Amino acid sequence: MTWRPRLAEGTAPVLIVLLLLLIGLAIAGPAYAEPSGYLALLKRAAPLMILAIGQYFVIVSGGFDLSVGALVTAGVVIAARLINGSESATARVILLVLGFGLLVGLVNGLVTTKLLVPSFIVTLGMLLVLDGAIFLWTGGAPRGALSAGFRTFGRGAVDVPLLGEVPWSVLILLAILLAAALFMRGGTGRALVAVGDNEAAVRLSGGQVDRLRLLAFVLSGLLAAIAAILLGGFAGVSAQVGDGLEFRAITAVVLGGVVLGGGRGSVVAAAAGALSLESLFTLLNLLGVSGALESAVQGVIIIAAVAYAALGSGVPQRLRWWPKQRDSARPAQPASS
Amino acid sequence: MTPGTTTSVRLTGISKSFLGVPVLHGVDLELRGGEVHAVMGENGAGKSTLLKVLAGVHRPDGGTIEVDGAEMSFASPTDAQRAGIAIIHQEFTLLPHRSVAENVYLGREPVRRMQVDRRRMVADTRELLDWLGEDGIDPTDTVASLSVAQQQVVEIVKALSTDARVLGMDEPTAALADHEVELLYDLVRRLRERGIAILYVSHRMREVFDLSDRITVLKDGRFVTCAPTGELTSEDLVRHMVGRDLGEYYPDRAGPDDLGTVRLALRGAGNDRVRDLNLEVRAGEIVGLAGLQGSGRSAVARAVFGVEPFTRGLVEVDGVVRRVTRPRTAVRLGIALVTEDRKGDGLALRQSVRDNTLLVRRAALRGGRARARSDVPALLDLVAVVARGEHQEVRFLSGGNQQKVVLAKWLAVEPRVLVVDEPTRGIDVGAKRAVHELLRDLARRGVAVLMISSELPELIGMSDRILVMHDGALAGELPAGASEGAVMALATGHGIGEAA
Repeated sequence: MTWRPRLAEGTAPVLIVLLLLLIGLAIAGPAYAEPSGYLALLKRAAPLMILAIGQYFVIVSGGFDLSVGALVTAGVVIAARLINGSESATARVILLVLGFGLLVGLVNGLVTTKLLVPSFIVTLGMLLVLDGAIFLWTGGAPRGALSAGFRTFGRGAVDVPLLGEVPWSVLILLAILLAAALFMRGGTGRALVAVGDNEAAVRLSGGQVDRLRLLAFVLSGLLAAIAAILLGGFAGVSAQVGDGLEFRAITAVVLGGVVLGGGRGSVVAAAAGALSLESLFTLLNLLGVSGALESAVQGVIIIAAVAYAALGSGVPQRLRWWPKQRDSARPAQPASS
Repeated sequence: MTPGTTTSVRLTGISKSFLGVPVLHGVDLELRGGEVHAVMGENGAGKSTLLKVLAGVHRPDGGTIEVDGAEMSFASPTDAQRAGIAIIHQEFTLLPHRSVAENVYLGREPVRRMQVDRRRMVADTRELLDWLGEDGIDPTDTVASLSVAQQQVVEIVKALSTDARVLGMDEPTAALADHEVELLYDLVRRLRERGIAILYVSHRMREVFDLSDRITVLKDGRFVTCAPTGELTSEDLVRHMVGRDLGEYYPDRAGPDDLGTVRLALRGAGNDRVRDLNLEVRAGEIVGLAGLQGSGRSAVARAVFGVEPFTRGLVEVDGVVRRVTRPRTAVRLGIALVTEDRKGDGLALRQSVRDNTLLVRRAALRGGRARARSDVPALLDLVAVVARGEHQEVRFLSGGNQQKVVLAKWLAVEPRVLVVDEPTRGIDVGAKRAVHELLRDLARRGVAVLMISSELPELIGMSDRILVMHDGALAGELPAGASEGAVMALATGHGIGEAA
């Protein structure tokens, strides 16, 4: 079979945006004159990219996962409390955190598919439940400490032949991205996108729609737990570590051209969207723009990206000062009669 | 304006597609000053599209437009207006709270000393109204105070004020009350007397015979005929519009040797919507399932496929009693269902041709069989899909090609029982024939086909036997080639006595 490079629909814009941002970084910051700067950027972006990959599975199958930010916080807080500086507990606690992520994803998925509550509401509820539980458990100030072994994943690096020192988090990210891309090329991945496009068609083709959607939530929960492990190591323990990450991940996915409501978009583009977002914030930081503006910028991006996805190349047409009538510019409907 | 000059328009070989769906194929139309030329056709025949091509709203993919012998290319309605062509649309475009004159000159107000020249606007509007003989309307009246028919007059005056010599009217009586229709007739006749060419798009037979000088008939986007109105009877017109003598060909039926074992049998099967069903479908035959809307035809299909399963009786697949309680089970038993709503639940429209072709295989099978995809080109060849490539999204395909993809997705799992519900709804004649041949071909290869269709000629033409449903139960069975009357008698509940 001949392989020819082919970008999934909607992937090109985010790659252009990313390229422009990386060029911008190279111009604005001396640190980005050499590869190590970009490696540091990738390391910083890794948790968000992993969250975006998880969020992608849920969004492309037609849902939302608003619980991932709270899940990240919960993962970090639980790990710190249970490890409490003990190196020997590290492996067990990592498994526990991953298991907790799976469990939260499973609950989100089961409530969505079995009780037919919209995922937006289910995961919003989960966000509040986790937030409340963390607060109750910690009293607002997390106790305990992570072990050095735990923190290696977020801040450590490993010697890779030819490349030199590569952060663990970057290696983990690349492995997840590769696995996700392969998964989405396979039958189950394609069926997941088809569920987001037309659930009834998949069901009447003999597909198990509920299981596919459940799988998406479980993957999102698991990946959020992995992101928690990386962020715990990278940023340290706090009760605010995951704040707002769910919206940041959704913004990243949308920026990657994935259609809200599902049915279209590529996982690699979603990850590229996350990297673009992180690059943008870095660039703004380099240019001296206040960090306080980050959420405003994010808000503008999410609206603009969704508008662009809905209108595509019709945006300039819509924004024309006075409407000009043209036959080919509007997506014409086949006229009836 | 210069009343009295006439303009003629000639459209030749006009073609137009939307998103890959051809709507007009090489349509010709000639329009002379001083005539009312009606364009008729069923829904979807391409009437409105043709009108919009003339008006510069749609740019044709092929063909030429000549005005008074000069070839024109309209990039916008403004271009068409400059050439003297204006369209009165079904929805009015007037501003209700402004005066008649202001509406007529909306956006083109005459200016004098940097001020809108109201006096001239009113005078010019009055001149046009007089020319039309419409003395019941004053240029200073507010549009909202006028009747719908009078508003239509304002629309026409507005068109004439741009020096239009050719007027297209799209279903102009749709918005009018009965007594207003006569007023419109009068107006159209007066326009004709004054040398205006009128293209009158309608599907109302009476109007067309009352008003028009010539009639052009379109069917499925093709030119059928153009004749003076006096030379056509309404029967001729119906025949041209419906085109019953076209596409009356069906593939040969199964011979006695073609029939194999019983693939699907229902024994006293029923649920909330159907009851006491006893039927058998053999390998190699196409069994037609007829019935009126709501008679339970589709409910049988959905029950066999496990969407709304049978709650009573037995289902046998290849001689073994099976409980089919969900589509997944059905698919694994070799049962396939082509639903009546291919866009609603047959296809994932934003996915590629390939992904849709593999949808069933991936969704319902496991292991290597679920991953196989090397035979996609062969499958698409078999059903003769025309697409730009395997990666094209199916929403861009025509209805016929979409239906072929639905069939391909089922052929990918080699079903033994194929249930098709309205397999040719909304697809063009060529694709219909292809689907018919494909179904017969599958039967010859040993598939048992149960076919539901509201189109009686199709059902009768295709079926080796016809089962007729009435009110949730089987009303009787008819042999191949039964008459439409016999089917309808059973379907409406008459003649159950003699059939049973």
